[in-house]
Amino acid sequence: MATTHTYDALIVGAGGAGMRAAIEASDKVRTAVISKLYPTRSHTGAAQGGMCAALANMEEDYPEWHAFDTVKGGDYLVDQPAAQLMTEEAVEAVYQLEHWGLPFNRTPEGKIAQRRFGGHTRNHGEGPVMRACYAADRTGHMILQTLYQQCVKRDVKFFNEFYVLDLLMQDGACAGVVAYELATGEIHIFRAKSVLFATGGYGRMFKVSSNAHALTGDGPAVVYRRGIPLEDMEFFQFHPTGLNKLGILLSEGARGEGAILLNKDGERFMERYAPTIKDLAPRDVVSRSIFQEIKEGRGDGPNGDYVYLDFRHMDPKILEEKLPDITEFARVYLRVEPTKELVPIQPTAHYAMGGIPTDINGQVVTGPEETPVPGLYAAGECACVSVHGANRLGTNSLLDIVVFGRRGGAHMAEFAASAQLPALPDDPTKHTMDMLNGLLTRDRAESADDVRTELQAAMYDLAFVVRTDEGLAEAQRILAGLHERYDRLGVQDKGSVYNTDLMETVELGFLLDCADTLVTAARARDESRGGHYREDHPLRDDANWLKHSLAYRQPDGSVALDFKPVKMGPYIPMERKY
Amino acid sequence: MATETAADVLHASDRADRRREGKTRLTLKIRRFNPEVSDESWWDEFTVFMEPTDRLLDALHEVKWHQDGTLALRRSCAHGVCGSDAMMINGRNDLACKVLVQDVAPKATVEPIRGLSVLKDLIVDMEPFFEGFKSVMPYLINDSGEPDKERYQSAEDRARFDDTTKCILCAACTTSCPIFWGDEGYVGPAAIVNAHRFIYDSRDEGSRERLKILSEKTGVFRCRTTFNCTDACPRGIQVTKAIQEVKRSILFDRF
Repeated sequence: MATTHTYDALIVGAGGAGMRAAIEASDKVRTAVISKLYPTRSHTGAAQGGMCAALANMEEDYPEWHAFDTVKGGDYLVDQPAAQLMTEEAVEAVYQLEHWGLPFNRTPEGKIAQRRFGGHTRNHGEGPVMRACYAADRTGHMILQTLYQQCVKRDVKFFNEFYVLDLLMQDGACAGVVAYELATGEIHIFRAKSVLFATGGYGRMFKVSSNAHALTGDGPAVVYRRGIPLEDMEFFQFHPTGLNKLGILLSEGARGEGAILLNKDGERFMERYAPTIKDLAPRDVVSRSIFQEIKEGRGDGPNGDYVYLDFRHMDPKILEEKLPDITEFARVYLRVEPTKELVPIQPTAHYAMGGIPTDINGQVVTGPEETPVPGLYAAGECACVSVHGANRLGTNSLLDIVVFGRRGGAHMAEFAASAQLPALPDDPTKHTMDMLNGLLTRDRAESADDVRTELQAAMYDLAFVVRTDEGLAEAQRILAGLHERYDRLGVQDKGSVYNTDLMETVELGFLLDCADTLVTAARARDESRGGHYREDHPLRDDANWLKHSLAYRQPDGSVALDFKPVKMGPYIPMERKY
Repeated sequence: MATETAADVLHASDRADRRREGKTRLTLKIRRFNPEVSDESWWDEFTVFMEPTDRLLDALHEVKWHQDGTLALRRSCAHGVCGSDAMMINGRNDLACKVLVQDVAPKATVEPIRGLSVLKDLIVDMEPFFEGFKSVMPYLINDSGEPDKERYQSAEDRARFDDTTKCILCAACTTSCPIFWGDEGYVGPAAIVNAHRFIYDSRDEGSRERLKILSEKTGVFRCRTTFNCTDACPRGIQVTKAIQEVKRSILFDRF
């Protein structure tokens, strides 16, 4: 028997976007947040470098310059009105976080301090600009803590360690979700007038990733299985500076503060690839440059597969005060002393530009006509507004979650205030029970980890920084085999209390679905744009591909693609040079 | 469990052998508890072969993914910032993702953190811990109205409470405290750290109320300065110092 709960507004995920939405909605309607983790475990807390807003505390700056950088950084796949809105609302969003107590670093006169970040420039590309507001290299931690504190203050209702496994739809409108309570194994039905997904990304499909174990594409996969398309899934960001092999992130803020990239010959190679802003070029450009260096034999190590981040020339005081965490990561995990030694790095899977398609109010929209799904919302990394286009600029994710978390929370509350509670579909828990019972009753023929490891290896080898049609076709074949094996998986733990074996195996299923859409859309897009680089089609092709992809799940599990136009604005696509 | 065929066993041992090449042997002694199995906890031992630079968390995953799927633990970020995987490792609280295999091999004893009810294996009931956190009003209180832009704060004032902003609420400090083990009423070090973060923030106006809460019998004066909390903090926060500062403010500052 399932327990049924009823709310006006229901938020799935308790990271930055989910909690920002909850703060907005809980003042107005009966709101609850469901999260598979405790809120403070969310991956927003791992964000390091900053949150950009044109406060102009350090030097001249304007939201319009920020909007231009966002559109150019996204290789013109950005919906320009959304980017303009985000960069305008950025300034107020930062002030609001400060008013809520966020401990930003300060300038000597006591204002919020700002620093340089990749792809953020003065006057449309003239040179780097100090735009990133930061709290050392734990800006995300501070945002997550501040938003959680505000939720505590407002007594927001949380269902912690509840895992949402299905979306309930009735007559084309959202009617709620089904969740699995980890502590007891009990199934819960949550009825709601509006539901907002804020479940984060799916970077765990790659072998080398900066992402938490929890980032398995739950929200996107749950809605995809209910017929909602996923937008621009081929665009995934590979951050240039992950700790070698581990993928643990070393913030771009490091380069913002003066660290530089070196190849094995000690050459500052970014001077060749981006003569104007060098090491502060956007992430897609830097990651590709690293791959090129490695390909041409200038990577170091036994396999010649990494380059270096060099902090040695920097004042140790800057490391201590502004980059303490990443300095410690190098010490703890690689046993390297960054003040004296080079830090081996390689690109690491970092951020999903694609996700659940929404409008600027967080409302989920389907099809080329962008038909709203009544009551269904998404925000943050699991959503695609699209403000990041083909490549997100550093710091714009923390901005995205607070701006669109707020907008989504406001709109879902407004919607819920006047909507009727939809009826439940027949047998609302059937889909969930079938899925769980299958995993619980089958024997463990093989470990889910074997399937997951092969998925991660295939995605790393074939769908990472550099892609080809041949490689993506191979990835599709591998994925088909992994799905077959997945369908035969059973879990070893048959219990009800904290069955994390079961939870992890469900997560793997979600990852596989997200990987299908990524690979299919990447294979179709025979051009290179932003984070999607096709070695066999190295140029951007605006005539054919200045459009968003939409991936739909077919009844047989295959992926069907559709497309919709990019919303243009003042910025005309031009060659992307830095 | 289905009976394994000889071929399965051979396959499994082949795979295990491949995994061993050039690796470090680590025996994990893990305190287990599962209310669906027994009312009592028990010990299990597992041997895994890991890279010396792997994390203890990776070794626990190796056990869970290839030896015993019923092993339950919390984890997420795997690099010491989310605070999920605090556990007692060789008698000392730490995050499993910040301890490397080479530092504990050939043997590590792993237990749940103490002072909170164990729900299953390494998973404890975090609710009392978060209740303690919530009890100290852990949010900025300022009723003087908001300026159009940011409130100004000098770099010096910002530095005053920097140390306690690092807290990730992992509970390593609170569950290393002998007073907390013996007295469920004590709010514990983590709650005091989070109160400290606001008490010494120049923008905050709620110190009087927070200090009143912490001067009560469940508050800071339960602390006997054993420094376990400071030793346990994976973020390097000077927890005992923060508690002492709060004590001093209650005694001398007359808020």
